Amino acid sequence: MIKLRPVFWLLLPAVGVIFVFGAIPLLISLVYSFLTANPYGGVAMPPTFSSYVQMLFDQDFDGSLVFMPDYIWIAVRSLYLALLTTMLSLAVGFPVAWYIVCQSPNRRKVLLTLVSLPFWINTLIRTYCWILILRDEGLINGFLKWLGIIQHPLPLLYNQGAILLGLVYTFLPFMVLPIYATLERLDPRLIEAAYDLYANRWQLFRRVIWPLTKPGIAAGTVLVFAPALGAFLQPDLLGGGKQLLIGSLIEMQFTSSRNWPFGAALSMLVTFAVLVALAWQSRRSKAGAEARA
Amino acid sequence: MSAAVQGRAGGRRIRPFDWRHNPGFGFFTALIMLFLYVPLVVLVVFSFNANHFVTVWTGFSLHWFVRVAHNGDIRHAAYISVIVGVMATICSTMIAIAAALGFERGGSFRGETSAMGLVMMPLVVPEIVTAITTLIFFSSIGFHYGVLNLVIAHTVFCIPFAMLPIQARLRAIGTGYEDAARDLYGDEWRIFLRITLPLMVPGIMAGSILAFVTSLDDFLISFMVSSAGSTTLPVYVYGMMRLGVTPEVNAISAILLVISAALALVAFLISRPNEAGAAAGGTVAATTN
Repeated sequence: MIKLRPVFWLLLPAVGVIFVFGAIPLLISLVYSFLTANPYGGVAMPPTFSSYVQMLFDQDFDGSLVFMPDYIWIAVRSLYLALLTTMLSLAVGFPVAWYIVCQSPNRRKVLLTLVSLPFWINTLIRTYCWILILRDEGLINGFLKWLGIIQHPLPLLYNQGAILLGLVYTFLPFMVLPIYATLERLDPRLIEAAYDLYANRWQLFRRVIWPLTKPGIAAGTVLVFAPALGAFLQPDLLGGGKQLLIGSLIEMQFTSSRNWPFGAALSMLVTFAVLVALAWQSRRSKAGAEARA
Repeated sequence: MSAAVQGRAGGRRIRPFDWRHNPGFGFFTALIMLFLYVPLVVLVVFSFNANHFVTVWTGFSLHWFVRVAHNGDIRHAAYISVIVGVMATICSTMIAIAAALGFERGGSFRGETSAMGLVMMPLVVPEIVTAITTLIFFSSIGFHYGVLNLVIAHTVFCIPFAMLPIQARLRAIGTGYEDAARDLYGDEWRIFLRITLPLMVPGIMAGSILAFVTSLDDFLISFMVSSAGSTTLPVYVYGMMRLGVTPEVNAISAILLVISAALALVAFLISRPNEAGAAAGGTVAATTN
């Protein structure tokens, strides 16, 4: 008999619970995505590909399939917004992370706490705050009206810009923290060596700091991209349901539309996109580790 | 550093050498901090507004907080949230303590990376996917026990949040004390009870607080998994928000915001801030590498 080491028993509860209640549900959902929808919720037999066909085609009155790009547009829009969120977070998050690293240890602690605190506050409430600011009777419109600049409120809420703002606002800490973690481990002597070799600030950033921070950037990118792709609250509350994204589309399949297999198929699509992002990240961080060595 | 400068410059004054000084970055960071915190301050300030029209300030009042406190539905939802939060915290912290010990003190073993990847899975999978797969799972096995469903769902995604501070703490302690005890012929169980566990306490406290906050803050998964009668507070508040911006929504949102922020701050103060801060992303970066 093989003698099991204590580490096995220590990890068993965590691995077991997450496997049973996290990984197995994913597999069951994969199976569900190949079943027929039950109009009262849930699924029925027989197995079919119709959920995946439904993403591209619509059934005409005579039963023939007609190409319908609506869902593709939703997917493209979600992907576009998630990528834009990631890039904006990187553009904003990198300077912030760099500034924090350059501070004294005590100030670092305060700044890190300030950056990570919003992460622990309810996303629902953080998103709601922007409704107060952006809506027609909100703070910005009220202020501009008071100044006499505008007569009618600007349509700040319920558009893609508002969704993007909400996404960046929610996920920015996910970008700053991993980048900070890699920058903190950066050897200051490399920076000094670059200066000794007459590198200016831009060359220093481009040739030394950026390549060595790549693993952190890759981790931050995945941590922002994955939740932004499946975001539900921001498009729902700030987009007003007008700008349908894949997250809201999935939610609808389980509430109003009652098409569980289609919802499961869409989730598989999102999961697949996240897996691709993770694979890209692990390649990137390996490349970064080689560059470091 | 200065020696090198002088040697090369030969008395000539050359450009300053301090790479830590970046003009403009401080201002930029301050702007981003304002971006992060002004909306929260706006919410809290306007929750004390006497006026019914929410964003027109007319005077200080606690009226809407009183209204919220007298709302039976909100009180019931809050009760469910606390029950689910406490039970999920207890379960996930126990599991997380064992897992953190396994990863930090178990030595290297085959499949360590995959085990870590699996435990971190709830952090990477988008919430909507976790929500609907959990819903499908419970429905497919016919498991409908209201609050118990919520406790299980919450325990799963609370485990990584509870584990990261504990793991960080274990790494910070190092194995020196335990090795010393082993040299003094302490048996493993006694070393754990007398040395490792007491030293772990700050990490465990921070981890359990963060698990509770994570459970309390969750909306999407509870929204999908909860049934009538087991509505959590965020799910109830979402329903109120859908009906419109009202002073009651402001008040209850402000209460939730302050509770989450205060608990998270306590957790940060117990553990070292950069440990807790890293818990949100840094450790994930290290583990997924």
